[in-house]
Amino acid sequence: MRVHVDPKKCEGHNRCYALAPELFDVDDEGYASEVNDGIVPAGVEDKARRAVANCPEYAISIEE
Amino acid sequence: MTSRHRPPVEDWATDFDHTDPRWVADPYPIWDELRRTCPVAHSGRYGGTWLPVRHDDVAGVAYDTEHFTSRSVVVSEMRPGPEDLPAPIGLAPPITSDPPFHAMARRLLLPAFGPKPIGTLEPLTRELCRELLEATAGKTEFDAAVDYAQHIPLRVIIGMLGFPQEDADIFRRFIRLVLEDVDMPLAEREQLRDEGELDSYMNAQIEDHRAHPRDDLTSFLLEAELDGNKLAPEHIRGTMVLLMIAGIDTTWSAIGASLWHLAQHPGDRRRLSTEPDLMPTAVEEFLRAYAPVTMARLVAKDFEFNGCQMKEGDWLLLPFPAANRDPGVFPDADKVIIDRAENRHAAFGLGIHRCLGSNLARMELQVALTEWLSRYPDFELTDPAQVTWSAGQVRGPRTIPVRVVA
Repeated sequence: MRVHVDPKKCEGHNRCYALAPELFDVDDEGYASEVNDGIVPAGVEDKARRAVANCPEYAISIEE
Repeated sequence: MTSRHRPPVEDWATDFDHTDPRWVADPYPIWDELRRTCPVAHSGRYGGTWLPVRHDDVAGVAYDTEHFTSRSVVVSEMRPGPEDLPAPIGLAPPITSDPPFHAMARRLLLPAFGPKPIGTLEPLTRELCRELLEATAGKTEFDAAVDYAQHIPLRVIIGMLGFPQEDADIFRRFIRLVLEDVDMPLAEREQLRDEGELDSYMNAQIEDHRAHPRDDLTSFLLEAELDGNKLAPEHIRGTMVLLMIAGIDTTWSAIGASLWHLAQHPGDRRRLSTEPDLMPTAVEEFLRAYAPVTMARLVAKDFEFNGCQMKEGDWLLLPFPAANRDPGVFPDADKVIIDRAENRHAAFGLGIHRCLGSNLARMELQVALTEWLSRYPDFELTDPAQVTWSAGQVRGPRTIPVRVVA
């Protein structure tokens, strides 16, 4: 499973980083990006789905 | 505050007024009805105002900076003319700025409000909450808004700006003037503005910080540069006013509404006391269900939006709280479900104007509710009828008389 943040849509709400700091980081201005090429380690899949389902800007996509 | 000068609303689809006592007391049934019958309502009040209530339309307006300008974001009788609004900055940058200036003014402030720097304010906020709760020791009845909620964001932002803590009362008055007195007659409002009290206060703070620079947001703004130039004085003053106003009664409203909810829901109280890890999720749900902030736009040019002929200069209320109750996006939208797993709420807005202070607000909410429940796991409203709600575009309880079981 992989996650991806669309930088054109991200407005820095910080929901993904709060829910899944293993998968996302934020830059100094608060905009998010996926860490480790977005690869979701085993056992963290639920957190990945949670992050997607809580992004107000629909900026995160997931590849199962 | 109630609408003192306006006739009662006859028909919400054609004559709505966000200061009407029924809207102030409980706007949700009004929005539900409009969502079914007239999803973009119009009112002749305030010189002509639009109101979209569906999530899609609210989002559509928030994303459309071509047809909607942010140069004024508080609907009032004082309709700004072009000469009142220094383009492209606006009166309180960046909330009142449009692209492309907006992005520059915002980028300047973003680092101070990121999740990491805001995290460093948590211990101080926790200590403040404990102090406020300690001051209630021995009382069985007090006011959760007046004695607790309102002080938390006020004192945190005063500290961030580097203003004297003893000026808290002055700030409360400014906030009321700017945000809650929208239905004041024009003449009365202009008279109050002419006093220039807020500007004088800010100028005095700026002078003091110029003479004695320190590690706070005011000194930061004085040192900051855009394109190699120091910020214009009206930019600095406007941003300070914005941080003060946007940072205070919004979060105070959200903390208050959450406590008002918890006072009436013993099941949610018990669950949060026994499952503290649920607090961040619960806070998102309180933000969704009781989102305090309705923004506004001015129509930038004549155009058709969802079959409505909008005219340049029309107001448009942007009710994020109504978007958050849209059952098409949020199943059981009217139920507060503190472990709601899917929650793309828009309490902090959508698009380029997303609330700059959202990380600060979340931190304050989580700390304030956690500390309250740890001291008072059991409490109730002394009289639900005595709870009063603010009028205007920031909605929250201003008095919440509670009885606690110590």
